[in-house]
Amino acid sequence: MKHHRGRARRLGDDINTDYIIASTRKKETLDENILKQYLLEAVDPAFAATVRAGDVLVAGKNFGCGSAMEVAATVVLAAGVPVVLARSFARSFYRNAINNGLLPIECDTSDIVEGDTIALSIDASGTTIVNERTGRRETRAPLGGIAGDILAAGGLVPYLQREGRFVR
Amino acid sequence: MTPPPPPPPRTISEKILSAKSGGNAFAGDVVVCDVDLVLGTDASAPMAIAYFDRMGGTRVHDASRVVFALDHYAPPSSPATKGFHDQVRAFAKKHGVRVFEVGEGISHQIAVERGLAHPGMLVVGADSHTVTCGAVNAFATGVGSSDLAAAMLTGQLWFRVPQTVRVMFDGSRPPGVSAKDVALTLVSALGADGAEYHALEFTGPAARDFSLDDRLVLSNLAVEAGAKAAVWHPDAVLAAHVARFASDQGEPVFPDEDARYVRELEIDVASVVPTVALPHAPDNVVPIAQAPDTPIHMVFLGTCTAGRVADYHEALAVLERGGGKLANGVQLVVTPASSDVERQLAADGTLVKLARMGATITMPGCGACCGTSGVIPGDGMNVISTANRNFKARMGNATASIYLASPAACAAAALTGRITDPRSVA
Repeated sequence: MKHHRGRARRLGDDINTDYIIASTRKKETLDENILKQYLLEAVDPAFAATVRAGDVLVAGKNFGCGSAMEVAATVVLAAGVPVVLARSFARSFYRNAINNGLLPIECDTSDIVEGDTIALSIDASGTTIVNERTGRRETRAPLGGIAGDILAAGGLVPYLQREGRFVR
Repeated sequence: MTPPPPPPPRTISEKILSAKSGGNAFAGDVVVCDVDLVLGTDASAPMAIAYFDRMGGTRVHDASRVVFALDHYAPPSSPATKGFHDQVRAFAKKHGVRVFEVGEGISHQIAVERGLAHPGMLVVGADSHTVTCGAVNAFATGVGSSDLAAAMLTGQLWFRVPQTVRVMFDGSRPPGVSAKDVALTLVSALGADGAEYHALEFTGPAARDFSLDDRLVLSNLAVEAGAKAAVWHPDAVLAAHVARFASDQGEPVFPDEDARYVRELEIDVASVVPTVALPHAPDNVVPIAQAPDTPIHMVFLGTCTAGRVADYHEALAVLERGGGKLANGVQLVVTPASSDVERQLAADGTLVKLARMGATITMPGCGACCGTSGVIPGDGMNVISTANRNFKARMGNATASIYLASPAACAAAALTGRITDPRSVA
């Protein structure tokens, strides 16, 4: 059983990857530890400075739409955010998150507001998300198949180091 | 002996992903597929090379299936972007991967016009607009750099087989309405996530009226509705395209007659009007008549959506019809999608006509679309563009506003300095 407890950072619907990190920023460097100072700057230029390790990004539908650029996942991790909750994810961001060990959880986020404390419990039977302010609890089935194996391995690099290929 | 029963009916996506995974795959299944064509760009390959190294990669599984295009930083706009190019070139040289150089064009545009993407292929590209290759009846989808690295290393990728939305075109296209208008209408009908995790199939009685260039526009923009792939049914238009390449690669893939679709969407092309996507979302689409007189300071003709020969002809026709004089203070930027497009436009006189009108003509590639190269809009400027994304700051300036429209509508705005229905240009 893994646990995480963090502060919700509330975002809206259709947050595209250019908003997470601008294409114009990554033309200067791919180093996520530099890029993290520009995290979500198109949404709020002050956002990055307020992120604390352990914070949880919470979004509406279609998080990570647009460009498939992978820095949009690595910069979130570098900022200290290990989990993103969203009502739905764009598929390319979803894959990139899993491949880097960033946990994307599809769930109802409608009652979560900025600053709520989110408690997560993750085990083989699923992921439980609790909003400590409202008490609302939701349990999601564990990520199955290859995606679950990649996430359990800690990302695509350790997965392929171990397996050498995709094993269904 | 009785023959085995035929497999249940399948969509194009189910058929291609079945063929590439060596089994019978249906929507919802997770499959591991052999990838036919792997595309990387200067924006995605440098990170992929780093993943490849960390994965322990020493050789590319099949270098003949991998192509890099130096398209996002064309020309390189900084020492760092020049460094990315050199990194990609060095990796490509070491592993025998083909590189399309700076100025040769956008990865998926090259894949189609040089006949690298064929019907029935599984194409993955570390560029979300790889879906464009669906115009040639390929299952083509965008991935990130780590998946690009994995595809280079193993020759394979895993997929969840998508459900399919069947898009049926009916009716004849009115004059003055371009493929881009149909595409924006489609994105608007679906919404920004209306095709999330789904594939689209394009067909219907009016499909035959869509040229290959038109189809590229539709497949390209489908990702703005979240589509995983956007595949056209094979027909005479596809056959004519394929016949240009002396190749025995690729077999057109039709869906089975009773294939199961998650949704049917009918688009009456006759009812489509010139449209514009307002800032800051591609699905924020209104008829152009509802956005009149918005001042425009920069007009961008180019990108993988509409940077092809037919698009420039469409724009030039409107510009010439309106007298060929750009409105005071309007900057017209022209960035062909590839060097092939540029050569054709040079040969038929289009480029010189645009240049005489005052257009800035830049090197083929992604250009100003995502602020990685080319002209960056100034503070507070309004841009009308043939591109696919108008997110805030997309072109490199968060105070600029981007409107997306057809080449004809962009040309009309260049003449008047404001958003203008191209049908009104006399």
